[in-house]
Amino acid sequence: MPVVSMTVNGKSASADVEARTLLVQFIREQLGLTGTHVGCDTSQCGACVVHVDGRAVKSCTMLAAQADGADIVTIEGLAKNGELHPVQAAFREHHGLQCGFCTPGMIMTAVDMIRRKPDLDEETVREELEGNICRCTGYHNIVKAILAASREMR
Amino acid sequence: MSDAASGEGIGQPVRRKEDFRFITGNGHYTDDINRPRQTWAYFLRSPHAHARIKSIDTSAAEAAPGVVAIFTGRHVADDGLGGLICGWTVTSKDGTPMKVGPHPILALDTVRYVGDHVAMVVAETLADARAAAEMIDVDYDALPAAASLSACQNAAAPQVHPEAPRNTCFEWELGNKAETEAAFAKAGRIVKLDLKNNRLIPNAMEPRAALGEFDKGTGIYTLHTTSQNPHVARLVLSAFVGVAPEHKLRVIAPDVGGGFGSKIFIYAEETACVWAAAKVGRPIKWTADRSEAFLSDAHGRDHLSHAELALDKDGKFLALRVKTVANLGAYLSTFSASVPTYLYGTLLSGQYDIPAVYVEVDGVYTHTAPVDAYRGAGRPEATYLVERIVETAARETGIDPAELRRRNYIRTFPHQTPVIMNYDTGDYEASLAAAMEAIDYKGFPARKSEAAKRGKLRGIGFSSYIEACGIAPSAAVGSLGAGVGLWESAEVRVNPTGNVEVLTGSHSHGQGHETTFAQLVASRLGVPLANVEIVHGDTDKVQFGMGTYGSRSGAVGMSAIVKALDKIEAKAKKIAAHLMEAAVEDIVFENGTFTVQGTDKSLAWAELSLAAYTAHGFPSGEIEPGLKEGAFYDPVNFTFPSGCHICEVEIDPDTGVTKIEKFVAVDDFGTVINPMIVEGQVHGGIAQGVGQALLEHGIYDAESGQLITGSYMDYCMPRADDLPSFDLGFTTTICPSNPLGMKGCGEAGAIASPPAIINAVTDALGIRDIEMPATPARVWTALQSATPRAAAE
Amino acid sequence: MYQFNYERPKTLADAEALLGKADDPKILAGGQTLIPTLKQRLAMPSDVIDIGGIGELDFIRAEGDAVMIGAATRHATVAQSADVKKHNPALAALAGSIGDPAVRHMGTLGGSIANNDPAADYPAACLGLDAKIHTTRRLIEADEFFKGMFETALQDGEIVKEVTFPHPEKAAYMKFPNPASRYAMVGVFVSRGPWGVRVAVTGAGQNGVFRIAEMEEALAKNWSPDAVANIKVPATGLNSDLHGTAEYRAHLVTVMAKRAVAAAG
Repeated sequence: MPVVSMTVNGKSASADVEARTLLVQFIREQLGLTGTHVGCDTSQCGACVVHVDGRAVKSCTMLAAQADGADIVTIEGLAKNGELHPVQAAFREHHGLQCGFCTPGMIMTAVDMIRRKPDLDEETVREELEGNICRCTGYHNIVKAILAASREMR
Repeated sequence: MSDAASGEGIGQPVRRKEDFRFITGNGHYTDDINRPRQTWAYFLRSPHAHARIKSIDTSAAEAAPGVVAIFTGRHVADDGLGGLICGWTVTSKDGTPMKVGPHPILALDTVRYVGDHVAMVVAETLADARAAAEMIDVDYDALPAAASLSACQNAAAPQVHPEAPRNTCFEWELGNKAETEAAFAKAGRIVKLDLKNNRLIPNAMEPRAALGEFDKGTGIYTLHTTSQNPHVARLVLSAFVGVAPEHKLRVIAPDVGGGFGSKIFIYAEETACVWAAAKVGRPIKWTADRSEAFLSDAHGRDHLSHAELALDKDGKFLALRVKTVANLGAYLSTFSASVPTYLYGTLLSGQYDIPAVYVEVDGVYTHTAPVDAYRGAGRPEATYLVERIVETAARETGIDPAELRRRNYIRTFPHQTPVIMNYDTGDYEASLAAAMEAIDYKGFPARKSEAAKRGKLRGIGFSSYIEACGIAPSAAVGSLGAGVGLWESAEVRVNPTGNVEVLTGSHSHGQGHETTFAQLVASRLGVPLANVEIVHGDTDKVQFGMGTYGSRSGAVGMSAIVKALDKIEAKAKKIAAHLMEAAVEDIVFENGTFTVQGTDKSLAWAELSLAAYTAHGFPSGEIEPGLKEGAFYDPVNFTFPSGCHICEVEIDPDTGVTKIEKFVAVDDFGTVINPMIVEGQVHGGIAQGVGQALLEHGIYDAESGQLITGSYMDYCMPRADDLPSFDLGFTTTICPSNPLGMKGCGEAGAIASPPAIINAVTDALGIRDIEMPATPARVWTALQSATPRAAAE
Repeated sequence: MYQFNYERPKTLADAEALLGKADDPKILAGGQTLIPTLKQRLAMPSDVIDIGGIGELDFIRAEGDAVMIGAATRHATVAQSADVKKHNPALAALAGSIGDPAVRHMGTLGGSIANNDPAADYPAACLGLDAKIHTTRRLIEADEFFKGMFETALQDGEIVKEVTFPHPEKAAYMKFPNPASRYAMVGVFVSRGPWGVRVAVTGAGQNGVFRIAEMEEALAKNWSPDAVANIKVPATGLNSDLHGTAEYRAHLVTVMAKRAVAAAG
């Protein structure tokens, strides 16, 4: 079994895992960080999105071993010193969540989106959300929250 | 009121209390919970839609690494467990009760749909369980399947249950047949329409999950599960399945990631997990993967209907008659019989004064997954039928669709329809007018011709909907076949320090009860919102409750809280009177302070709360210590949210792609506690309606009964770029049937929007009908056979 | 997933050696197709050789009249590359339209073409731009590389190293995505360059990516949307499923080709 080591939310984590262990399993089961969710098995819903070396990826479609040596940030690591990330704050302010299940993936995707495209407009946000599915909100307030956060962070 | 001024009271868009845990990854969903010595379950499912099980050989699998136990239907039967039940009995027009086939937890000798449960493997890890399941040797005798809704009642069709000849579970009717026939006989015009209401697959983003435990020392079972109504789950598992007596079974529904109806029902998986936990002496965890969810969550809709509307020469509706065949799937799910009957037929009068309505519904079995309540449950099907045929009538009579609706609106209340419902209040004209204004109906012809210049086909469609929520008066539903009452409970516990815990039988899985319920309590007691905690979802904490579905939690759940708060206030006033040495009648309670009328004596909420528990010097026998009250609220009527949705689409005739250019929704929900949350509920519902109208379709192969749309590769979920932002408005008539005047908002979008969209698409294409979902391929195909008018216009 | 051995070589030579030793290996590049396949237990490799950590496969170089892209280069990197955007904006746009942003952060050029999913985008770019595919053993012309659904000219143990995309004069890619999966239901890549005119179609064909000679000839004579607007593609050999008939796909090929030419300018 490979030993995988990575930094997760600023802390080093290391474990012997089966080669077939997915990154999301490592995060949820080995590290007990259950904020990252699994909503599908075809890499489409995006509930599992985390940042690997600063880029949004679907942790259900990556082996833990592929992330060996990487720097991982999950939803639990987004707030700093007790202060919400502007995207987290915007999701609350604009009611961008209902049941909360897709929310961690949505927020991690949104943070990555704003990093890559600081000048977002509604159409771009909707396109960029192609890999994240929400069944509750109709996306209306998610889009609003991301646009507000991107303005805030400019 | 000071609470309103501080932005926390009723009517304020208070930011949600529950959000912090969800945006920081600290929610606790069922799959997030783990127990020491936990094992994992994997269900071996039928690959056949219909087959006889000749034998099951588990010997190789039992010897596989990590396997703890394997259970089949034989084990379940030997242990004397009952099957899953349907909690609503529908009676056919000949007076006979519906014909029910047994619904075993694990199949005994026959499997009846692809995904039916054949065996449960319990192992040290999920991977071990799954690997072992592949080693189970099941000898099937594959049989022909009745997977087609239109053909399943044919004499030659394969039978799902021997108990139900012609696969017909019930032949139900509602309304006045003779009056309807008479009205049709004298009608100036009859409009006919055949409609399909497409099958939907729920897809709450959190897949169903269960964690069963058994404490050998106390004999108590605990089940964590993804439920919208944990008490009902406990009742069914105890009284009907016989897992354990009610007092020895605790059901907890922690954070639940969306339900939409699909988590009302009691399924085989959670039942097997909690039952088997005692057998293996270890906790058992099961979480569906999305593919399993597609196969085994109860699906929604799936109707075939023929409708006829009789009008006089002025466009006044005289009568409506409807024949519907409703798919129930292979087994009756927990409430499935009620959905295409009492949640459907009773709404067929719509917003209209129709003197005669008659509906017949055949509920039929097919070799497909069970069909039950889903996001609107019966009411979207009714609204689709009514609003499609009304729009069709407008086109055939040449009367403007808004004008035809106006001519037929109900304008005096209460209004008794021919199909049970007694509408208490509403103002349909107001929502129609507001919606037409918002979408600039007058400007539509100009927008249409501008689109035509760009080669695009523009269309507009209306939907004036009504729904029955606030489910439901217990006596009424009891007389119609429900096995339960549909009241709600609440308990308000005031702690000695003055903060408040409210226990509710409702369950929040996205609706924001922790905020809206707290707004009510904070507003009433004059305490800060932060000092109110809403407790739900645990049968050990809340004594009993009926759960959350059918947009009932505001109108019914909050009404129960109001009743409990009334009792709290009465008791608190008694204590205040004693402490301030005044008469109870002279005590005024306002903004969290008790005062004696006409004096400067006052007592703060926190002081009173403490005094309630110190109980020093309470006159013995007159005032009990403590401040805690419970209430059960049984509604006196359904509530009737209504409104008007208008959709404007543009179609690219080259590709068949439909783009929603504008979507206006004007709803009347009565009193709104938190407009931010209510708007969010409407947004989500409209997205579901767009999904049903343009994108989503659960399809089984008619011959083999295989589910063709079994993943997001083929089942088209609405994504952000499929949708526009929505334009919402509200008109208000206060509901007279409950203390807060609330009607309910959770399903309005899903109920109202599909006909608005399809009316717009058919308007753009210049055709009579198009099947949902109106996919690009279907729209393009329709254009190829349409008259040149559509393309050339 | 079934059990497998996992290796993450640092050099191409090590990767080849590992492939040579293994019973039934699979190459993992970005994993965006392979991992879902493994999760559904549709493949049972003895070894998974992860080439994602081989630095020499991750590069973009513009040299002379072509852009060379390493096989392990992520879609997002291609989409954002200044060199690709400058010399071959159609290719950058295509890479930026694959899957969703998270998929583009992991998926690779080499993985996409070696898998040759009939609904993948990159095969249309390779065929539509007369690309040269360099492997550990040889150079394969795009015309020779794609052999049918999930089939390529690659032999066991042969690894794609880089793809050379010659600069087009004009090029564009138009995709009609499957409404559910968002893979290409019909994707048409058109180009004009030293190789003449190419029209390559992905998503529609039962045997994967293909060219349309009639459209290429018409565009060679007259590079304009009108030149292809009336060319009907036969439905024979096209996919037909719940998302659309072969006739619908055939029609979409013409529409997308027309739009691609318009977009290419």
